[in-house]
Parts: sequence; structure tokens; C-alpha cells
Amino acid sequence: MPFACIYVPNFPVAAALRAEPELQARAVAMLEGKPPLETIIAVNEKAVGMGIAPGMTKAQAELCAELALRPRSALRESAAHAALLDCAQSFSPCVEDAACDTALLDLAGMESLFGSLPEISRAIYSRAAALGLTANVAVASNPDAAVLAARGLCDAGLCGTGTPFDKLRAGFARVGVAVIPQGKEAEQLGSLPVKVLFAEQIDGEEKKTAARLLETLNRWGIRNLRGLAALPEVSLSERLGQEGLRLQQLARGAASRTLVSVEAPLVFEEAVELEHPIVLLEPLAFLLNRLLEQICARLGSRALATQELRLTLELENFSALNQQSAIKNQQFVRTLRLPLPMLDAKVFLKLLQLDLNAHPPGAPIVKIHLAAEPARPRSAQGGLFLPPSPEPEKLELTLARIAGMVGEDKVGALELLDTHHPEGFRMRRFVAEDPRKSSREKTSDAAEEQSVITALRRFRPPLRAHVTLENGQPTHLVCRNRNNVEGKVLWRAGPWRFSGDWWEREAWSRDEWDIALQNNALRNGEDISFCRLVHDLLGGGWFVEGTYD
Amino acid sequence: MSSAVVPTPAALGRPSVFDADANPEVCSRVFQSAIKNQQSKIPPVSVVPASQFEIRPAPEMVSSGVPAVDALTGGLPRGCLTEICGPASSGRTTLLLAALAAATRRGEFCAVVDASDALDPQSVAATGVELQRLLWVRCGESSPQRERSPRRHRNAEKDSSPINQSSEDRVGPRNTKFSSENSLEQVLRATDLLLESGGFGLIALDLGDLQPQAARHIPLTTWFRFRRAIEYTPTILLAIEQRPIAGSCSSLLLQLGPSNNQGETMMLDRSESSREAAAWESPARQCRVAMERASEPRRDGTASDAKDISRIACPTHAQLLTGLHITAELIRSRMDRKPARPVAFATKTAWAG
Repeated sequence: MPFACIYVPNFPVAAALRAEPELQARAVAMLEGKPPLETIIAVNEKAVGMGIAPGMTKAQAELCAELALRPRSALRESAAHAALLDCAQSFSPCVEDAACDTALLDLAGMESLFGSLPEISRAIYSRAAALGLTANVAVASNPDAAVLAARGLCDAGLCGTGTPFDKLRAGFARVGVAVIPQGKEAEQLGSLPVKVLFAEQIDGEEKKTAARLLETLNRWGIRNLRGLAALPEVSLSERLGQEGLRLQQLARGAASRTLVSVEAPLVFEEAVELEHPIVLLEPLAFLLNRLLEQICARLGSRALATQELRLTLELENFSALNQQSAIKNQQFVRTLRLPLPMLDAKVFLKLLQLDLNAHPPGAPIVKIHLAAEPARPRSAQGGLFLPPSPEPEKLELTLARIAGMVGEDKVGALELLDTHHPEGFRMRRFVAEDPRKSSREKTSDAAEEQSVITALRRFRPPLRAHVTLENGQPTHLVCRNRNNVEGKVLWRAGPWRFSGDWWEREAWSRDEWDIALQNNALRNGEDISFCRLVHDLLGGGWFVEGTYD
Repeated sequence: MSSAVVPTPAALGRPSVFDADANPEVCSRVFQSAIKNQQSKIPPVSVVPASQFEIRPAPEMVSSGVPAVDALTGGLPRGCLTEICGPASSGRTTLLLAALAAATRRGEFCAVVDASDALDPQSVAATGVELQRLLWVRCGESSPQRERSPRRHRNAEKDSSPINQSSEDRVGPRNTKFSSENSLEQVLRATDLLLESGGFGLIALDLGDLQPQAARHIPLTTWFRFRRAIEYTPTILLAIEQRPIAGSCSSLLLQLGPSNNQGETMMLDRSESSREAAAWESPARQCRVAMERASEPRRDGTASDAKDISRIACPTHAQLLTGLHITAELIRSRMDRKPARPVAFATKTAWAG
């Protein structure tokens, strides 16, 4: 029953590098503590080469000009941890959250899906890299052996002291991948140093106990796991107790336990805290792009898409700063709702840019938080003989651009309301749904004949008119602002009385006339137009509502 | 005596004069060598014979939703620009909605870029357009673009006269020079975006209320760009306007107008009894007949007056606008159609039954 362990070495640095990939080529050191007593807690390989070590103060580290100093961020580490679990759960449903930097997964039955164990381990490594994490992947027949192997890979690779895992890596092109065959755990793990048994991040009394045990083993001359595994059990039990026996079982790779499976919630959030507030939208777009790519990679690893993006920007609050009170930044929230599930970081970025252009935050940004609501990706099968339809991603961008130009409420699909009001409609989001065969498709030419309906062109807002009445009927019409809508009324039909919404404040009551207007202003001979004339019975005015065309 | 001017290599570019009659053999030899030289210099693929020019395939024609118009034009061409022009109340919007209804019945998605926000939802629904397949872009004055543009804001302030601040005009005016330019800019940009997006079966530009003076501000290159954008695509680009503005970019130009054929003028000779029946017919027909009657001199030499008009089209409460009679004339078509006589068709109002 194989198990795989994904271990992210140097986790604080890895989380920072995932958030800022451009730091990969630089020496990085992570700081923790309250200013000015900040100390270095983690460094990468390049920083080690420059002589930077954990425990140094910030002032000491700043002497090295090429070193990039970053404060430790809980937000980044939690996002990296979530990405690690996403990576594990994209391969197996049985995943144990062993530590913030370690995930264990049960690979039983996965060979038929992903291939042999080396192929699976390489796939896990690649998936983790796609999510921005440089991880060690080890596969063994029990979880603890897999954990030790993954951590041992780290030590061997980072310290550069010899190549104890050369034998393991013999068949793999990538560094950081190891597969231990069943029954050879003790042999393969034997060359690892004893300290890998105490590599778990523990605090308090347990840490002291672990340090005492490690010191005891050192005094005995036990340097690697092979030596520990060879000790007689009874004597070891007499001297170190049950803990000693447990460590020996681990060293032999013979410990057995079941995974404590976790059901990771489908939360896809990424956040970044900024050292200096962002004022312009252009640099914000770079950060959004990075967050969106990370979220899309995580969603993609879980075979999901998103239909809703929530962008929360924490803004600098000037008034709080001036009052010297507790700084309480205000939040600026924008929600991007999509008609269909999508998974395209570029489209999301463009939509967010257009949205922020239309609704700018209004203050410098100090923190960016982006969350995606997961949804099942749409499955559409295009038909060869179906009429074309706009691509949803392109259409969303187009609609967003047009909405930014004409206004959000001025673009969309029509929806008639259940009312007799002449403007009884509202605009709703236009969605290019899959073409469905409607019953109207089968209608013949008779239906086409019926569709030649006289259309009305509306004036929005209606044109106020001065109407001359004769026996209560309009005979002459003048519109001050439209010289082509005035003249003698040649023909009229009406009045047709309409009223509604009398129970509300916006009650309306009117008489409608259909008139033929002889327009004297036009000189092209086509001097008759047919209009709808409305007498507002509540307001008392006359309006030309539109022309029949 | 005829002479030939032949460039030779010996002359280094300078032409030599030979007398062909005096030494025909030399002349023919020189000619042949010169032709060979020229043929060797010309790359074989640089000149394409006219017979090998790509012939543009005839566009697919689809129904416009009005059988009479289909009979006249063969339908609306895909991948081409079609212009429908005519004055107010000439049936342009009716034909547009009929085309939209036909397109949505075929399962296509359509878009209307409305320059003057004039589309009537009730008319659209009554025509049979599937509303969920229709994208409506309402261009007009109140757009964020205008509000954000300081240059335009200054212009708007400059253009605003005291009369525009009265309560009466807050509900009325919109036909300012600024608004038409602004909406025109929006229309062109929105159309560009929609064409770029692709996937629409029909994209309609409603420029029906745009004054011809304003419509002329659209550069011809814009129409060329639109034509290139829809070329070899199944999209129909339809523009309704008062006067033709796209020039040679439109593949089909249709002129709509009021019906004015002989059958209508015969109504003038109807008896008094038949006039009551005529009152139930189209008022468009009645009014135009009345206008013709009014403009014609009487047999006794005196001009007719307005009383004749009101007598013919007597207003009654029971009268109903039943529809319009429209004439469609094919002005230009690239589909090699023979010149056809204008056709007439009738529309009816949604409440006419």
C-alpha cells in the first residue's frame, strides 16, 4: 500500500518565492519579530552562500546589499499550505495534513489512473511546481518512511554534503523525487542523518525532549539511521524507553499507521500585503495577475472553475492616521459575477481591470485579497450544424468593455416585466447560452408573415409637445426641440386610455393617440410620419412617445 | 517606315534604333534575345494572370423575415454589409425587427447597437424576437465615458444654454450636436468590439434617428473596416439609416418608402359608401392619398384644401392604426441580381389582430 509525501523544504522562503517568483534568482532571507528586534528565521541556498544564517539580526543582514529581506507573512504561508493540499488532493482523495509544509497521500489504486509509482511521483512534483512550490516527493510503503525520505532528500540536496540518495535518484531525471521499494526501507533510509527524526516543528517540552534524545544518540556515536536501527531493542528500551523504540521503528522504516484523512474545504483565496501602498491601477494589475494565476492553477488542479471572483482591497485610511488613533483600514470590495464557469486568468484580469477602471478604489491600497467561488467547469459540445455563438470569455470581455463605454445598465438582454407600463422592461445580463432548438424553429413561412409587425421607435425621454386641440382631438403639433416632429395632424386614432400602478407613488394614467403628422419641415416629399401622441392625465402634459417605423 | 526601340545589354540601358525593314534578321534576333533577357529577369510568380485571380464566392443568403423583400433581394447576405435607408415611418425598424426575429428563430445570437436608444421592447417581443438571444446596446447621452471626459464636460458646459436648464427641457431635448457625436462614437466603438468578438449571426446598427449630416461624419474607412471584419464570417451587418452612408462598402442597399402605387390612388375614386370601409384600412394609405389629393389641382382649377383631407380620413374613436404599407426598392446589390421592380408589403400593428 504505497504512500506519498510532499514536503516543501524551507517553507517560509518557499511561500515568499511563490508569491514573488522574481526572487527565485536572488538571495532571500525571511524576517520575524517586532521592529527593530527582527531576526532572520529562514534563508534560501543563495543566502547561505553569502554567509547569511538564521538567527542573524536584520541590521546584520542589511550589510549584504544583494540580499532580499522579506517579513514572514501568515497570509502567504496559509495560501501556500492550501496550494500544497490542493496538489495532494488532485491525486488522491485520502490526504493527511501532516504539517504546514508536509502532506501525505494514499496512493492505493492510483496506478491505473496515473501510471507507475515513479510516474506518479514525477507528476506530483510537476503539479507542485505548477502551483509555485518546489517540493520533495517521496513514495514508500508506509507514511513515516515516506516522510523521512522526503525530508532526507531536502537535507541531502540543501546541505550538499555528499550524495546519500544517489542510489534513490538513479532512475529519476528530477531532483526531489524518490521511490523506496517495499522491503528496502531500512536499506534506503539508513544513510540519512539521525536529525531527520526530529525535523518536525515542535514546541515546548517535546522540543526539549527531542533535543535531549538527539544529544544522547550523538554521545553514543549514532550518526545515521542505520546505526540506530542496528541497536538491540531491549537495551534501547531500557535506556530511552518507548520513545527510543518508536524512533528505532521509524529508522527501520517499519512503523505502520493509518492516515488521518482531512477533507480540505474548497476555499480558494490568495492575498498579498504590500509594504508600500499602491496608488496606480497599473502596478495593481501585475499583482492581480499573479494572484489570479495562482488561483486558476489551484482551481485547475482540482478540476474546477469559478463563477464568482471577490476582490477585497484594503485601503489606507488617512483620517485614522491623522487622528493618531488605531489604524483601521477601510475595505473596498468588488464582486465579479460571471454567467458561466470560467478558468482563464487573462480574462479575469481584463475583467477586473475594466471593473476597477469603472469603479476606482479611491485610496492607496495596502492589502489585496482575492477569493474565487469554485464551480464545476462547463461542459459544452459544439455541434457541426448548429449556428455559431459567441465564445463566453470573449463575450464577457466585450460586454465589459461596452458597459464601460455606455454604462452598465445600457447593455444586456431585454426582459419584459409583467406590467402594462409602456416602459415595462428591464435589462438583464446577456448570456450566450447553448443554442437550443425552439419550437419556433419549425414554423413555416406563415410565422414569418406574422412577424411583420409595425414597430415603434421610442423617444427616450418622450418629447414634450404643444398640441392644438379641436373638439378634444389633436389637430396640430409642435415640438420645440425636434423640428421634424411638428405639423398638422392629418389622421388620428384614439384616445386609448391606459393607467396603472395607482397603488404606488409612481402612478400613471394617460391617453394615447396614434396620429399621422404632416411635417412641413421636410422637403424630400416624404412628409408624413406616424407618431404616438400621449396625454399625461396626471401631469397634464402632451408628449410624443415615438414614431411608427 | 516603322522602327523598333529595343534595349540591349550592349547599349547599357540606352535604346538603340534598328531599321526593321533594312535588316530583318538582325532585328528578330535582337528581339528574341531581349525578350529572353526580360523573361529571365521577371520572377515567374510576380505576375498572376487574370484568369487565376481568386473569385470571391457568392455569399450565403438568409431570409430577412419579409417574403416580399426576400423575393426582391434574395435575402440578406452573410458576411456583408446591408444598408436599409428611408425616412421616418418608412418601415426600416419593422424590417430590422423582422430580420432579427428570423435570425433568432434560426438559433443565432443577434446584437442591436442603438444609436438613439429607440428600440421598443414591446415591438421587439411582438415581432417574435427571442429576447434572450438579443443583445441590446443602448448608446446615448448618459454614459460614464462622457462623464469622465473633462474635454467633453467643458464642451457640454459650453453648449449648454439656459433653455436646456428649464424643467421642460429636462424631459425633452436630446438631439444636440454633442449627443449625436457622442452616441455615434459609442456606436462605432461598440460595433467594432462586437465584430471583433464574433459569433453573432446578425449585428444591427440603428442609425435611423441620426441626421444625415451627422451620419456623414463617419469616415469611409470605418465602413471598410467593418466590411473586412465580417468578410468570410457568417455575420450579417445591417445598418438602418435615413440616407445611404457606407458607399461602396455595402453589398446590398435597400430603399424603403411609403407605398404609392396605382392600387392606392384608385381609392380616390371610391364612392362615399366604400369610404367607410376604407376607414378600416391602413391610415398610411389614406393619408398619403389625401395628401396627393390635396396637392393636385381641382378640375375646376382651384386647389383643394385641408377639409378634403379630413373628409377623406375622418377621425373617429373607432379608428385603429392597423399598419403601414411599405415599398422596398433595390438600389444596389453585388449578388448579380437583375434589376427588379420595387415591391410593396404591408405591416400590421400588434393590436390589429
